[in-house]
Amino acid sequence: MGGRDATMVLLDENGIRCDGRKIDEPRRIMIRAGGLKNADGSAYIEFGNNKILVGVFGPRDVHPKHMSNTDTGILRVRYHMEPFSVTERKNPAPSRREIEISKVIKEALEPAVMLEKFPRTAVDVFIEVLQADGGTRCAALTAASVALADAGIPMRDMVAAIAAGKVADTIVLDVNNEEDQAGQADMPIGYMPSLEKITLLQLDGVLTPEEYKKCVDVGVQGCKIVYELQKKALTDKYFGKGGD
Amino acid sequence: MMDNKRKYVIPGDVITTGPFRPEQNVILEGDKIISTTIGISEIYDDVVKVITLTGKYIPKIDDLVIGKINSHTSLSWELDINSCYVGFLPAQDVFGRDFSAHADELSSKLKTGDLVATRIANFDRTRDPLVTISDRDLGKIDSGVLVKISPSKVPRLIGKKGSMIQMIEMATDAAVTIGQNGWVVISCESPEGLLKAKKAIEMVNEKAHVANLTDQIKEMLQIKDNES
Repeated sequence: MGGRDATMVLLDENGIRCDGRKIDEPRRIMIRAGGLKNADGSAYIEFGNNKILVGVFGPRDVHPKHMSNTDTGILRVRYHMEPFSVTERKNPAPSRREIEISKVIKEALEPAVMLEKFPRTAVDVFIEVLQADGGTRCAALTAASVALADAGIPMRDMVAAIAAGKVADTIVLDVNNEEDQAGQADMPIGYMPSLEKITLLQLDGVLTPEEYKKCVDVGVQGCKIVYELQKKALTDKYFGKGGD
Repeated sequence: MMDNKRKYVIPGDVITTGPFRPEQNVILEGDKIISTTIGISEIYDDVVKVITLTGKYIPKIDDLVIGKINSHTSLSWELDINSCYVGFLPAQDVFGRDFSAHADELSSKLKTGDLVATRIANFDRTRDPLVTISDRDLGKIDSGVLVKISPSKVPRLIGKKGSMIQMIEMATDAAVTIGQNGWVVISCESPEGLLKAKKAIEMVNEKAHVANLTDQIKEMLQIKDNES
């Protein structure tokens, strides 16, 4: 597998994964709301070794004008990886993968954001991945949702996201880069906890129907953990530490 | 105040369930009433609402807003009103009904960059807000200092029945015009009063959620009074 450590144990006999986590344990997550002065709303997330900054602008005038919609506002998302976010320099031009992730994140946020309140406007979400380590789309979606709330865009619910997957024949929560490369399946899930609705579900790999169900359940549970942290980030910013 | 169940909420928080009427910034989903913004929820009588702490200004009919002239055509001005929409001020409003696009030059009355106190005359989701200056206290602002605060904090700056702004005006001898869009113009004879009023308004902007803000502002204005 391309110079990768073939002897790496993804899951040992005690149920401990390659980075020391248990099977249902997410990586360390830190979310901070705000931080960018010139953006209407912003958020910063550290999700394991992922570091992502999100800025939200709007609602604002749509340019070019022909993109505007007289019935509703539009959401525009740009997911971008910095050249230094990965070990080998990444070309800063938007790649096919980045364009796809932008679209996927946009569609995962759309059910939550109440854009129909702002016809003829646009909400722009800029996602900059400063450091990538697997699962950036989930981390980016989580942070984007916090940034949108920070910008005061009306939302039906927050969107929390995390990946579940299958590694060494076991369903695990929050697949990291190594597990993603060597594992059997990866399933990013975006979830609205209060409305109990899934807004993003992708699957790369093969699962049996039972494993699929288990995977979704594990992912949804993980999203609830992430949601608590999103909540904490916003509460800390707006109501000081320990608002009721 | 705790009786009517004030709570800090973020989008997606379930405020309550049951037979309540959803008002500002909440949605009814099944029997759950969910907040759509970051703010403070209030329940009284059968009404549930959330007072938002963030967000842009959304025009409302009859709101007093302060606008800045952006540009003009031969028939109207366009105003920046710190919103996602531009304010539209027709020339008839300024020149009167006998306005003629040939004879009257719009820039003779209001130039680009001028500040204007206006009222939202009409606004719906199909077109940009129409503003008017034909009312008492409206029109071009000739002097004063513009302070920009968050539109969501305007109610806090005004206070209950105008208590907060009256207190600031009394203590500093300044005249303060508050636009609902978060733009505030202070004019004052004395430079000290002007600075003090500006500082007080900025303090409200920063500490809008603090419970004893009125006391803190009072204290700040008072201390300054003793010093001078």
